[in-house]
Amino acid sequence: MSDDTARTNGALPPATLDDPHLQPATRHPGRMEILAAIAIVIGMLGFVAFMWAYWVNASNQWEAATLAVGMAGLGVGTIAWGKYLMPQGPFVEERHDFHSTESERSAFNAAITGRGGLEVKRRGLLLGLFAVGGGIMTVALGFPLIRSLGPKPSKSDATYGPTENSLFTTHWRQGAQLVTVGGRPVMVDDLEVGGVLTVFPAGHEGSSPDQVILIRLAQLGPNDPPHVIAPPGKTSYGVQGYVAYSKLCTHLGCPVGLYQEKTQQLVCPCHQSIFNVNAGAIPQFGPAPRPLPQLPLTVDATGQMRANGGFDQAVGPGFWERP
Amino acid sequence: MIDKTLNWVDDRLGVAKGGRTFLDKIFPDHWSFMLGEIALYSFVVLLGTGVFLTLYYVPSANEIVYHGSYLPLRGQHVSEAYASTVGLSFDVRSGLLMRQAHHWAADIFLGAIAVHMARVFFTGAFRKPREFNWIVGTIMLILGIVNGFLGYSLPDDLVSGTGIRIAYSIIESIPLVGSYLGFFLFGGNYPGNGVIIPRFYVIHVLIVPAIIVGLLAAHLGLLVKQKHTQFPGKGKTEHNVVGSPMFPTFMAKTTGFLFMSTAVIFGLGGFAQINPIWQFGQYEPYQISYAVQPDWYMGWLDGALRIMPSWEWVGWGHTIPLEVFLPAVIFPGLIFNILIIWPFIESKMTKDRNYHNLLDRPRDRPKRTAAGAAMLTLLFAVFLASSTDVMANFFELPLIDVLWFFRFFVPLSPIVAYFLTYKICHEMIGAEGIGKRKRALVVSRSTEGEYSTEPSEPRPGDSHEELEAIAVPTYIDTTDPELATAAGVRRVIR
Repeated sequence: MSDDTARTNGALPPATLDDPHLQPATRHPGRMEILAAIAIVIGMLGFVAFMWAYWVNASNQWEAATLAVGMAGLGVGTIAWGKYLMPQGPFVEERHDFHSTESERSAFNAAITGRGGLEVKRRGLLLGLFAVGGGIMTVALGFPLIRSLGPKPSKSDATYGPTENSLFTTHWRQGAQLVTVGGRPVMVDDLEVGGVLTVFPAGHEGSSPDQVILIRLAQLGPNDPPHVIAPPGKTSYGVQGYVAYSKLCTHLGCPVGLYQEKTQQLVCPCHQSIFNVNAGAIPQFGPAPRPLPQLPLTVDATGQMRANGGFDQAVGPGFWERP
Repeated sequence: MIDKTLNWVDDRLGVAKGGRTFLDKIFPDHWSFMLGEIALYSFVVLLGTGVFLTLYYVPSANEIVYHGSYLPLRGQHVSEAYASTVGLSFDVRSGLLMRQAHHWAADIFLGAIAVHMARVFFTGAFRKPREFNWIVGTIMLILGIVNGFLGYSLPDDLVSGTGIRIAYSIIESIPLVGSYLGFFLFGGNYPGNGVIIPRFYVIHVLIVPAIIVGLLAAHLGLLVKQKHTQFPGKGKTEHNVVGSPMFPTFMAKTTGFLFMSTAVIFGLGGFAQINPIWQFGQYEPYQISYAVQPDWYMGWLDGALRIMPSWEWVGWGHTIPLEVFLPAVIFPGLIFNILIIWPFIESKMTKDRNYHNLLDRPRDRPKRTAAGAAMLTLLFAVFLASSTDVMANFFELPLIDVLWFFRFFVPLSPIVAYFLTYKICHEMIGAEGIGKRKRALVVSRSTEGEYSTEPSEPRPGDSHEELEAIAVPTYIDTTDPELATAAGVRRVIR
């Protein structure tokens, strides 16, 4: 081919004034070009202003505003250029079928089934062994990939450490001292009626599964009969008008932190499960399925509050191994 | 000089032929094709701002004493993750802007994907041969939601920590393997031994973005290979694409649009406060805030959890927390699976096995449109249910009444939406001249006293003008001489 015909015509027909795509603005391409140029110059000024804002350590708003002006200026200028000054067409492009011709297809299929099928027929044993070997490899790699990540959940704290490796146990034991998150022991006269406090077993302040909400429901002396908790609450679990429940919601484990004294309800702020404080924290409404486990309480001779045993069940949300 | 460079490259890579085809690629001119670009450009912003954030963020749960410039936190014991996030917001110059722009870009990214997906769905752009791209896009949506959750969990503030706690309990709710999965992911019973922040970090900044980048390349590659769909119109057939060429027209417009998108995102990043973690405080497992909602794309899952009745299954020494497992595992699983296999469901039901390059108007496919409207209504209804407590406060209604309302509203509203949409579509199919600009009718009274109506004269813009498309110029020796001299295009009145 000579140079003349081999030369490709790459230019698009220019946009003309009778192109109905064009906005009224384009009836004056010269003015449009000036407007686009102004937009880009404003953008440049915006970026310069951003550098100034950064330099003088101006506020976040100044930096954002200058940056946004810079980008929007460039954006408006470029879009105006493309939309008003470049050829719009519409231009057309032909589509071609994606699928190959019938003979190409059959050649491809023949390569796979012919070559592959023959090989499988000849050496079925090897293919079977390879498949089994690959399967074993996958399982073998799964050991470090998955098992190394964490401990196995254990049923009790006998073989593994407590709470960290078991969903069933907490650090609450017979005689465990009730302390605040700061480690201060809770005395029996610390709370007024209607008062609540988040407490932990001494030595485990801030621990997630151990968190307990202590509520003073009534002003009772040491010799008064226990505050009556309707079933399934255990009357013997309260002491001197106090009750204590696990603070882990039985729905999804959020801290049940809202105590409404007027209605004697604990409300979970996450999904609005409502527990009746006077009746063993049974769920009154919402998605929580079970009462909050109750912690038995006692008061020692010095007036410090202690647990009178651990929880009688796993705290927090449900899981498969929970009986 | 440029010719020489191009020849040098082509000698080695042979890019001239394919490159020319690429530059000639036609992009249909319709505003709805811009939605995917918003997603793409917010992803670009996500990558850029995200790299900036990794330079200052410390993925560690180690407890340290805060010594930064934010006075209310001085001297408090906080995790390194939290301290470094507060630090990069206040003590790193431009840090707050980058962090907030990153967060806004994530919200816009997922919003743009959702709207883009709705456009593809309602116009039938997912049909043969584009099923692959529909699936790739849906997987990117899922990954985007996952990475959004991981991302806003990283600062280790009170609000996001509660979200991690909920995620742990959701994993725990899976029958048989739940507690094992939770223990392996978190390194023990919640909150684990401090590994979750670094693990979330590596998934958030490396694994998921790498997969998204790969899928994005596949998404765009398939788009080029299979070419765009287009709306029906003058000269537009199943066998062509009509619009502007890649170079220079589309490239100029889309580059400008990239700058516009980033301008909006950075503007929001500076002026619209988002996730002010210094107000929430450090996460402690025994503390909780009130009336907090997750980012918008997680709201539908939160709402489903809220309205679910407390159906826990207990038996044979085991517990299945259906009140968690159904709304938080089965429900999203169903939704995403239906989305992924929708192209196949539809082609099975319509027995339509043909290629489709021309788009549908939604009203012309009443059943699909109604199904899509039902899905959107369902998701929006559960999304609303994620703010039951806020609504109860705002409207001064009992919380229980609001919850009961949503327990009925969520399952019923999609059914109503389906039949309503179906009916509207059918009415629109039957109506004459719908979608066209109305012309005024002139009512006149004859001398006999009879009334008659006449349509008024058409005004400019009343008729739809469509342009006749011309080919992008190719070789001179094959160019129609008339076309070569034709300046622009011809106007055709339909």
